[in-house]
Formats: sequence, structure tokens, C-alpha cells
Amino acid sequence: MTRARAILGGVWEFVVGDDWRTAVGVAVALGVTALAAAADVAAWWIMPLAVLAILAASLRRAARGASRRG
Amino acid sequence: MSGAELGLALSVFLACAVEAVEALTIVLAVGSTRSWRSAMSGVGAAILALAAIVGALGPALTSLPIDVLRLAVGGLLLVFGLQWLRKAILRSAGLKAKHDELETYQEESQAALAAGARHTGLDGYSFAIAFKGVLLEGLEVAFIVLTFGANQHRIPLAAAAAGLAVLVVVAAGFAARAPLARAPENTMKFAVGVMLSSFGIFWGAEGAGAQWPGSDAALLAIVPGLLIAANAMAWAIRRSVQQRPVEIEPASADTTEPAASGA
Repeated sequence: MTRARAILGGVWEFVVGDDWRTAVGVAVALGVTALAAAADVAAWWIMPLAVLAILAASLRRAARGASRRG
Repeated sequence: MSGAELGLALSVFLACAVEAVEALTIVLAVGSTRSWRSAMSGVGAAILALAAIVGALGPALTSLPIDVLRLAVGGLLLVFGLQWLRKAILRSAGLKAKHDELETYQEESQAALAAGARHTGLDGYSFAIAFKGVLLEGLEVAFIVLTFGANQHRIPLAAAAAGLAVLVVVAAGFAARAPLARAPENTMKFAVGVMLSSFGIFWGAEGAGAQWPGSDAALLAIVPGLLIAANAMAWAIRRSVQQRPVEIEPASADTTEPAASGA
């Protein structure tokens, strides 16, 4: 049990890293893209815009954290 | 070679070269201070383990339906690539310390000297440190080879690009007989982050059912678009850092790189 938890923790750390909100944002953006595509709406623009927003938000959190500590 | 295949080869080559530079530092440190034979045995064992991982998971991934594969791989590449890109932007903006190969080399050498007496046969310390270093640095490369290669059914091409990067870095390291401290690591990591994230956007959206205008040619807009946006974000953070005091995160605080120290 402990070993399985350690392995899962390692996989999580390896793929998701230290900002889980980024992973959640990517999953939500892919879900919205799938819904739009299923409704026959042009969906190609959703992912690029979502990624820019997710990256900017992640950097903003990191910069704010550094500024609070500084 | 198509544009997507060229992107695959370039991304894998750059990612592998970055990780190989970091692994080389560790191997050089234990090899030169303790035992070259044991360190090289550790390198060989780690390469075999990585080849086994790619060999075992590759066929399983390529047997998935293409839309499921693109959605899963696109999502994973995007989450993974955004980590690389985020850290590269923070380093470029001065909010995160850059990786210093000379400092790492000195630390590893001191630890190797302090680790006790060498054995006449296989030196367990040299073997274990070289094995661990190459395996951990190589896991990210194996992940990229598998995801990129499986999606385009070109795992051999991805593996060849990774092998070429290792050869180039090892040749440069042995020619210099020192860690490759002058390699532009952060620039390479920035480029890898942009490539992984761009292909993640492209495949993830395709897997979710979206149709790209221009099909594969859309990558010619996504890659430079993301590169420009990432540079603009780095510039904006650098400007705000210059206006107020901040605490720089140490390079060793990386948690996902070398499965605990790298991208």
C-alpha cells in the first residue's frame, strides 16, 4: 500500500509537478474543446487561447509568491 | 521528412541533449573521483532500463485508437511541456536560479570523495550514482520519445534523435574533459517547452475533435505564436522584478525535473 502510494506520488510529481492547477486547466480546456466540436462549432481556437491563459495564470502565481517572500 | 516529423526529431534531440548534459556532469564527477569502470557500468545499466521501458510501453501506446491516443498524449504533453516552459520563463525572468553544471560537478565530486573507501572490484557508490543520474534524467526523455513517437507511429525516429543527442553531448564532454557548463541550457529548455506545449495543443485539440485550419500547417502558426507569447511573458515578469525585490527560487527546488531535479 505504501509502495503503491509512493509510485503514484512519483508519477503525479513527474507529470503534474508543482502546479496542479495547470493540469486541471488543461483537462477543462480539452473538455470544452470536445463539447464545442461535438456541437459542430469551430473549436480549434479554444486550446491556444486556453493555454496562454493557463500559462499566464501559473506565472502570475509564481511571481506573486516570489514577491511575497522577497 | 514531413514538418511534423522534423518537429518530433528536433524536440526529442533538444530535450535529450539537455538531460544528457546534466547526466554527463554526474557521471564525470563520480567517474573522475572514484571509478570510471563502475560509473560506465551504471550508465550502461540505466540505458538498458530506459530501452526496456520504451520497448515495453511503445507497442502498447501505438495500439490505441488514434483519437484516444492524440487526446491522451496531447493532454500529457501539454501538462508536461507547460512545466518546462513555466520554469524556463521564470529562469529567463530572473525568478529562478539557472542550473550551474560546474557547481553540480563540484558538489557531486565532494560527495563522491566523502563516500568512503573505494572497492577494488565494482565500486557500488559510482555504479549507483551513475545509474540513478542517467535513469532519472533519461525518464523525461523516454516519456517524450514515447508520447511523440507513438502519436506519429515513429518511435524509431524519436529514439534515433535521442541517441544522436547523447552521442553529440558525450563527444563534446569527452573532448572538453569537463562538464558542459557553457551549454545554453535554459535556451534549450525554453525551446523544448515551446515545442512540447505546441504539439500538445495541436494533438490535444485534434483528439478532442477539433479540425485545424490548414491541417498540419497550423503548427507553423502555433509554434512561433507560443514562442512570441512566452518571450513576452518573460519580458513582462523581468520588468516587474526590476521594480520590486523578490526572492529567487534556487535551481535545486525543481521538483519535477530529473524526476526530482532537471527541466
